[in-house]
Amino acid sequence: MSGAFWALAVLAVASGVAVFVVDSMARATFALLVSLLAVGGTLLLIDLHYVGVLVILMMVMEMLVMVVFMIMYMMNPGGLMPMTMVHDNRTAVLIAGGVFVLLAAGVFVTPWPPARGRPPADPTHALGLAIMEGKMLVMIVIGVAILATMISAVVLATHRGRYDR
Amino acid sequence: MGDSAGTAVSLVMSMALLAWAAAALDAGLGRAGRRGRRAGRCRVRDAVAETVAAAAGEVARLLVQGRRRTLASDVLLVRAGVVALPLAALLAAVVLPVGERPVLDTGVGIVWFNAMEVCVWGALWLVGWGVNSVNPLIGGYRFLVQGLSYELPHMFALITVALGAGSLRFGDVVAAQRGLWFAVWMPVAFVVYLISALAMAFWGPMGEPVGRNVAGGVPGELSGPDRLVFTAGRYALLVVVAAAAVPLFLGGGAGPLLPGWAWTAIKTAAVLGVLVLVKHRVPAVRMDRFTQFAWVVLIPLTLVQTLVVGIVVLP
Repeated sequence: MSGAFWALAVLAVASGVAVFVVDSMARATFALLVSLLAVGGTLLLIDLHYVGVLVILMMVMEMLVMVVFMIMYMMNPGGLMPMTMVHDNRTAVLIAGGVFVLLAAGVFVTPWPPARGRPPADPTHALGLAIMEGKMLVMIVIGVAILATMISAVVLATHRGRYDR
Repeated sequence: MGDSAGTAVSLVMSMALLAWAAAALDAGLGRAGRRGRRAGRCRVRDAVAETVAAAAGEVARLLVQGRRRTLASDVLLVRAGVVALPLAALLAAVVLPVGERPVLDTGVGIVWFNAMEVCVWGALWLVGWGVNSVNPLIGGYRFLVQGLSYELPHMFALITVALGAGSLRFGDVVAAQRGLWFAVWMPVAFVVYLISALAMAFWGPMGEPVGRNVAGGVPGELSGPDRLVFTAGRYALLVVVAAAAVPLFLGGGAGPLLPGWAWTAIKTAAVLGVLVLVKHRVPAVRMDRFTQFAWVVLIPLTLVQTLVVGIVVLP
């Protein structure tokens, strides 16, 4: 368990670093995907099966849409010329280091409350109740409304081509 | 432990057998079709028999064929994509019940199946982009459009099934169909699932990512063992999407006289046969039109289906 956690943690950080090291947008995108999948795997380790698998599902879909835009908009999409993902290195390193120290200090300084209760038998069911209990109807209506808005926005925004009908 | 290892072995064996059968039927129908429709059924049988032999020769040829390399290809990404295709099919299959229990009996099986099946998007895009050739690239992007088109109606079909069963576990879904198959009282979800099964496996009318008008599309530049693994992965994926229809809509292993595994195999083979036949009977679908159809027609239909199922299971 602990070994699997450390393997996933190292994989997540290493592929996160790789995003800024590789010189191809496609590789950077998939390095980021590997990092996010390792995070999803960590959630599986603590028995949050639904959340873990959902993270894997959503991240794969999201990064596959993202890769289109990353390649479309970024410089040197093919990775055929030397390219760097970082700019203004010194400031970036200072800010990133500062934020890391702040967050890491927060982890150790915060008085974490002791665990209350026990993990439920079915965490998926408990999660659903925690999010939606009592507001089920509202959540479902909002969900459908958001979906309808997205689809109508895309349909309205689509530019009809010359050969369309 | 020994029991689950046995299940895993039988899963892999049956997947390989069904994939081989699908490939033989597919090629046999193709040969029979080229010789003319008038010839009738016995010609299909001859053609299938010829094809079984020819397939073995093709496997041997691809195993020893040298790799052809394109200029400035990204070998790492291509290999990752080629391997990811059969791996995604296999990982999607581990949650499907073979007979009594699946290899991995998880409470979120349906979500896991969906997650593994979208990994195919990544596999195809990686191969298409990585080989640095225009036709595979077009194929890879075609598959992303196809994925975005089929995925939303497909998810609603899966959600409808989960709602009807009150669980995301494949075993519970099968148990919930003891009285009546979901295919009977959720026909819209079943039809949407079959359409998205074609799209998932980029098969038949939805096969444009590997279409002839882009010279074979995604695997166009693959050769040797790479092409073998890709092709095997594609048939494995077809088998898995057909096999998933059985626990989701066709009552799993339930049936008279025969044991559960036999009914699972018979039903899977039937769905697989339908999918292969569709390839030889239905023309290609233009993806921009399908996208609009999927979003404007199929999504509302599946939402209504979900609503009806929700009202039925409410008390």
